[in-house]
Amino acid sequence: MSAALDIRGMSQAFLGREVLSGITLAVDPGEVVALVGPSGSGKSTLIHVAAGLIDPREGRITRRYRRHAMVFQEPRLMPWATAEDNIAFAARLAGQPRRAAREAARAAAAAAHFAAEDLGKFPVELSGGMRQRVAIARALVVRPDFIYFDEPFTALDVALKRRMQDLVLDATGAGHFGAVFVTHDLSEAARVAHRVMVMHPTGQGIDGERRVPGLPGARSEAELFALTQTWLHEDRLFRHIHDVDERRIA
Amino acid sequence: MSALLDRLGRTGRFLWGGWAGVAALALLAALWQAGHEAYGDFILPAPLATIHAAADILSDPAHWAIFRDTMQRALAGFALSALIGGAAGLAAGYSPATLRLARPLITVILGVPPIAWLVLALIWFGSTGGMVIVTILVGVVPLVFAGTAEGVAARDRGLDAMAQVFGAGPVRRFVSVGLRQMLTHLFPALMLGLATSVKVAVMIEVLASVGGIGNELARARQYMDVTEALAWIGIAVAGLIAVEYGLVHPVRAEFERWRDAARPWGVKR
Repeated sequence: MSAALDIRGMSQAFLGREVLSGITLAVDPGEVVALVGPSGSGKSTLIHVAAGLIDPREGRITRRYRRHAMVFQEPRLMPWATAEDNIAFAARLAGQPRRAAREAARAAAAAAHFAAEDLGKFPVELSGGMRQRVAIARALVVRPDFIYFDEPFTALDVALKRRMQDLVLDATGAGHFGAVFVTHDLSEAARVAHRVMVMHPTGQGIDGERRVPGLPGARSEAELFALTQTWLHEDRLFRHIHDVDERRIA
Repeated sequence: MSALLDRLGRTGRFLWGGWAGVAALALLAALWQAGHEAYGDFILPAPLATIHAAADILSDPAHWAIFRDTMQRALAGFALSALIGGAAGLAAGYSPATLRLARPLITVILGVPPIAWLVLALIWFGSTGGMVIVTILVGVVPLVFAGTAEGVAARDRGLDAMAQVFGAGPVRRFVSVGLRQMLTHLFPALMLGLATSVKVAVMIEVLASVGGIGNELARARQYMDVTEALAWIGIAVAGLIAVEYGLVHPVRAEFERWRDAARPWGVKR
């Protein structure tokens, strides 16, 4: 089976400073790969390059999927458009006619558990969680076979985060799409992914990977807790995961 | 049906908001009346007398032609400025190097008072309607240019990236994401530009004998007829208000409905 996303020997630099080098990564169709690493390790840059938003300085990126979508860290909704129009915007870009895009938007909103009576509201009238639901619906509406998640739930509280993860799990279960899920939260990674990849702390390649036993959505809380504890305290691969590079924050 | 009702509701709200404007005008009239009673008819005629004078002026069709002259010049100058300034601002906003070159130029052009341009324009073009429009252009183009360029430069690049990820090409991104964000910065610049256009037009007419409201003002000054002067000023301002509330505000309200949504009635207003 050939990989849906195949990145080989990719590197990227900003203003002469190398932020990523020697990145090689492959994601199979229908597979969810979580990408974890300390802040400043270049996770976001990596998936922005993978999604084609930034050109890599070197390396080859092969995309064998039909259509991709992305859920950003911030919802990135257009403030002048209603929730429905924001979702339909992506459907229109995917080539659907106006009426069909509207219907698809309503269906996608329902799939993201976004209340139909709120579809006419503008983003300013929605809470943070509702906005992120709209962003998820916008990603689902184009029926992608690959989704990039860029720390999508970082700004949400714990309960809401779990509900959103469940949404993603439902969608991955039903939609058969592959995904790269960037996060710095190990328990989130363990919950949603088939495989967890750990970035080098300063972006010099991928340090290693761990396959998560069982299927996403079918793992018990106890299993997940035990797994993340083992990773954090016994597995040397994860030793830098909570490092903070002060220079980059300042 | 519900869209129609929604629109009706918004129009009603817009008109109802007029009461606040009327209240402010009534307050101004009260102060004016107080000034009239303190200084007498010669220095400051009563507001009512001024309104009567204005009504008298407008009852003569020849005077309507004078009013039309001024407004036509102001609007032609404004429309041209909006086109030129908007197009140049867009180009500069998308090209940071151009913007960097243009900023000092704008400072220089805006720093020269319109009256100085008027002297130059008088020498170059003589006393014609075209001279009025050129002087308006010099005053208003930089305003619109700066508003547009800042609007483009301050756009949310995150939305650009979002549109790109979902497959929007450069043109589509510009039309559906870039342009809408620019409008937010453009409208205040346009309103300022419109007011400047009318002011510059009247000012030039006072100084150069090219007809229009300014010419009538100059005549009123010769006869020391304060009532007549105030009446013409009132007419010029009324023309500006009519354009602003009849054209600019409704268009803006249509584009910025979401801002209204952010401040529901009776809560944050």
